[in-house]
Formats: sequence, structure tokens, C-alpha cells
Amino acid sequence: MSVQTEGTDTAGEPAVRKAPAPASRGEDHAPRPSSGRRTATPYLLLLPALLATLILLGWPLVKNGMLSFQNLNPRQLIQHLTEWNGFDNYQEVLSGSDFWHVVERSVAFTAANVVLIMLLGTLTGLLLARLGRGMRLLLMLGLVLAWAMPVIAATTVYQWLFAQRFGVVNWVLDKLGWHSMADYNWFGSQFSTFSVVTLLIVWQSIPFVAINLYAATTTVPRELYEAASLDGAGAWKSFTSVTFPFLRPFLYATTFLEVIWVFKAFPQIFAMNEGGPDHLTETLPIYAFVQGVGNQHFGVGAAISFLTILVLLAITSYYLRMVLKQEEDEL
Amino acid sequence: MKRSVFGRIWPNATAVILFAGFAFPVYWMFATSLKPTGDIISEDPVWFPTDITLGHFGRAVDADHFWTLVANSITVTVCSVLLSLVIALFAAFALARMRFKGRRGFVVTFMLAQMAPWEVMVIAIYMLVRDNDMLDSLVPLTVFYAVMVLPLTILTLRGYVAAVPKELEESAMVDGCTRTQAFVRVILPLLAPGLMATSLFGFITAWNEFPLVLILNKDIEKQTLPLWLSQFQTAFGDDWGATMAASSLFALPILILFIFLQRKAVGGLTDGAVKG
Repeated sequence: MSVQTEGTDTAGEPAVRKAPAPASRGEDHAPRPSSGRRTATPYLLLLPALLATLILLGWPLVKNGMLSFQNLNPRQLIQHLTEWNGFDNYQEVLSGSDFWHVVERSVAFTAANVVLIMLLGTLTGLLLARLGRGMRLLLMLGLVLAWAMPVIAATTVYQWLFAQRFGVVNWVLDKLGWHSMADYNWFGSQFSTFSVVTLLIVWQSIPFVAINLYAATTTVPRELYEAASLDGAGAWKSFTSVTFPFLRPFLYATTFLEVIWVFKAFPQIFAMNEGGPDHLTETLPIYAFVQGVGNQHFGVGAAISFLTILVLLAITSYYLRMVLKQEEDEL
Repeated sequence: MKRSVFGRIWPNATAVILFAGFAFPVYWMFATSLKPTGDIISEDPVWFPTDITLGHFGRAVDADHFWTLVANSITVTVCSVLLSLVIALFAAFALARMRFKGRRGFVVTFMLAQMAPWEVMVIAIYMLVRDNDMLDSLVPLTVFYAVMVLPLTILTLRGYVAAVPKELEESAMVDGCTRTQAFVRVILPLLAPGLMATSLFGFITAWNEFPLVLILNKDIEKQTLPLWLSQFQTAFGDDWGATMAASSLFALPILILFIFLQRKAVGGLTDGAVKG
């Protein structure tokens, strides 16, 4: 529990802690309770949050784990029967090829979305920083509208934009000379359905990245740019040597959040086409839901949920390790 | 010279194109909801509604149980946001201002909780809620939504609390305030923007939540608007006017709230939530 002073953090990992936010300043010098004596106060303050999380999140997690070892179908559910069946559910899920297809699909889907979101979001954020006030407000307004749209409403709107008949997208494509698209059914194939879902998710996620990234760039000290330009750095060089290092912690953290959010995306896919056509756009959360609730194989569904959580932990483990390390450095 | 003119044009041109791209779906939702059906199902899109009708809104509002569901959604959302704010405020204060054994453990716990895959735990939650005879009730929804937004609320608020200079609190205490008084009188007012920002995100999460209410509340009188909207779409599939009117009604409160509060929200997340 060594107290590290600023600047001695040589962990090498980009310290998210050292975020541009002046907010972190106060904390770096976080004072001990003035008297220095240990009290129960912090624990009491944390108790409600901890209890709420443990009971309402921890309990379902444990319950989910227990259900995954049970033979639980409508009969058992209605009659409140508990029939343990060991690893049968896991064996059933893991031995079939469906599960692994869904895992691959989920990972590819998450990767594609997050790359698009981070790339386009960063570019949009940097554009915001370059614009004059009026134009910036205009673009901000557009971003905020997309950001604030409730997911289900946005999904419904996209169904309308991409509707086979009278959908405006097909009309535009037809007018652009792509006549075979005039009556195209976007929800008829795996790739096109995923394209619409991806467009929807990217459209709704860019604003979070762009606006917050813009806010972060405003905290980059001017002197750094001046120094860079004195050294003869051009626009690109000053981006790579000043802006990017400054934003890196923010980018790491945002990527992590986006990975979680995209991976867990449920209503966008479910409300768009219920994982269809032919189960081909089911990602892990949808698969768990369709198998568990839709087909009423509750035990199997619980096993899939548990495996889903493991996959999520695996793909975020790098970042989690980084955070663990930082928190360690800080104390 | 030429270059600088060019240099000024392209960011602005890109900005206008991007604005159009981001705003269009929202515009198209409202525009469709106001057009007479003949204009909606026309071979060439009617870009600007000239012949405005409120009939679609009428059909959406007259749909069974609409107002009950509005009341349910508002109740659940407001209660869950308030609940999570109060709980989070205590926790955020401890995490931002105090040093104690296990602090890291708490932060990591909330970071992990932020990853909670609620969407895949619906079966377990259903069983727990059923075994406590709480199906078709707004209470479980409220508490679950509160806990769903709790981690992000705590981590964001922590940043805001940390941003308040420690000296302000100390000088209040020198002036004879207790720590609690100093908190309530000095820090809390300064946290107002942070509270608004965090509640905005909580608001959106709770207003949007779909899988839990889908499985927990079968009684239509106890459902919420997202479920209504998704079912409305299924039922009124080809009636895009009514569907877009329903979507507009559902989206409008959040859009308004967001445009008012957005400026306060921006930056707060960078400071607090995302850095964990």
C-alpha cells in the first residue's frame, strides 16, 4: 500500500488515471481522513451500494450458475421441481456446433462494430475540435439527436428506413442506378441484416465517442501544441506526438466500454429481426435468450449465459488487468 | 492561400454532411408521423410533409393501455434513477475522498458490475422474482434498473466529487461545519451538473430497458413503453405512420431532456466514468 507520487508511475501501461481530466487531480492527492485514524465511515457509505449490487446482481449470477446445472424445462418450472443434471447442459451446448458459430459471430460482430465506432468517432471528435462555433453546434445537435434516441425507437425507425416497400434507402439506391435494390429485402439475409444492425449501432455510438473525445481535446494544454509547432511539427506530427498520447487513456477506456456495450447489444438485434433470418444473426445474448426463454430450455439457456459471461470476461481481460494494476499503483 | 480556403471548406462541408446523416433518421421519424398515409406509401418519398395530419398520433395514443404504460415508464424510470443517485452519492464520496483498506477492491467490484450481462441473466432473474411472488409488479423493475445504472453512476460521480477542491470542504469545516454539513452545504450544490449528467444516463437506460420487462411482466397493465413500442410495431407492422408516431412519442421526452442537459453531461463521463 505504498502511496505513489505523481510521475513515478513507471508501470508502462498507459495510466487511465492520468486522464486529461483535471478531475483526477484531487484524487491523486486524496487526503486521508484528517485525523488519520481509521473509521468505519467509508465502509458505511459503501454499504448500500455494495448490498444492492451483491443482492440484485450477485444473487441472479449465483442463481444462474445453479440453474445451469439443472434440467429445467416448462414442466420443472411450473411444478417448482429442482432436478440436478450435472454438466449435461454444458455438454449439450459445447458439443454442438451452433454455440461455436455464435461465439465466432459475436466476436466478429463486436470487433467490426467497435473498430468502426472508435475510428469514425475519433475522426468526428477531431473534426468537432477543428470547426468554428456555429458549425460545431450544428454537428453537435446532429450527434445528440442520434445519441438520445431510445434504442427501441431507433430500431423501429431503421426498420422503416430499410423497409422493403416504400423504404427510403431502397428508393435512394434505386435512383443512384442500383436498380436491383429497388425492392430489396434487407432482413432476408445474414449479411444485410447485420449491416443494418451495425449501421444502427455505429450511428448511435459515434456521438458518445466523438463528443467526449472533443471534450477531452479541449483539456490538452495549449503550450504543448506551441512547443510542437516550434519544433516544426506539422498537423499530423502534432497529432501523433501531442493529441494522441494525451487521449490514449480516454481511448482505451472508451474502447473497453464500447466492447461491453456492443457485445451485450440485445434490443437492436432482437427487435430488428429476432436474430433471424434463420437464427443467422443471433449473437450470444440473443442465442441465450432464444434457447432459454424462446425454446423454454431454461437450464440450457442458463448454461449459455454462463458461457457468455466467460467469453465477455475473456475479451475484456486485457483491459481489466490494466485497471487492476492501476488501482494497485494508486494505493 | 488557395490551400487555406480549401482547408476551411472541407471541415465545414464534412460537418454538414455528417449532421445530415446523424439527424436524418430522427427527422424521418417525425416527418413520417405527420404525413398522410398516401404520402407515406408513395413511390417517390415526400421529403417535406406539407399536408400535415395528427391522425397517426391519435391512433398511437388511442392504443389500449397507452397512458397506463406512460405512467408506468415514468414511475419506474424516475424512481430507479433517484434510488441509484442516492446510493451512488454515498459510495462516490467514500471512493473519491477517503483512503481505506479495500478501496481498490470496491472500485474493481463496481467496474466488474458495470459489465454485468443483465440481458443473459433473465432466466435467473425471472425465477428469483417469481419465487418471491413479484411478477407483474413495477417494484422489481425499479430496483433492478437502479442497480443496472449504479456502477456507472458511482464511477462517474466519483470523478465529479474528486473535482471539487478539497480546500472548500476543509475551510467549511474550519468554519465549524461537521463533515456532513460541509458535504451538504458546500459540495452537493457543486455536484449539481454531475448529478444531472449521471441521471441522464440512468434515465436513458431505464427508459429503454427491454429484456427484463419482456420476461417479468406479462400483464399489459404492468408493462413499460419499450415493450409496448416493440409490440406496437409487430401489430401495426405496415402502418408506418402510426408506428413512427408511437416511436416519436416514446423518443420525445428523452430527446428534449437530452438537448437541455447534454452540455452538462459532456466531459463528466471522460472525467469519471470511463477511467474507472
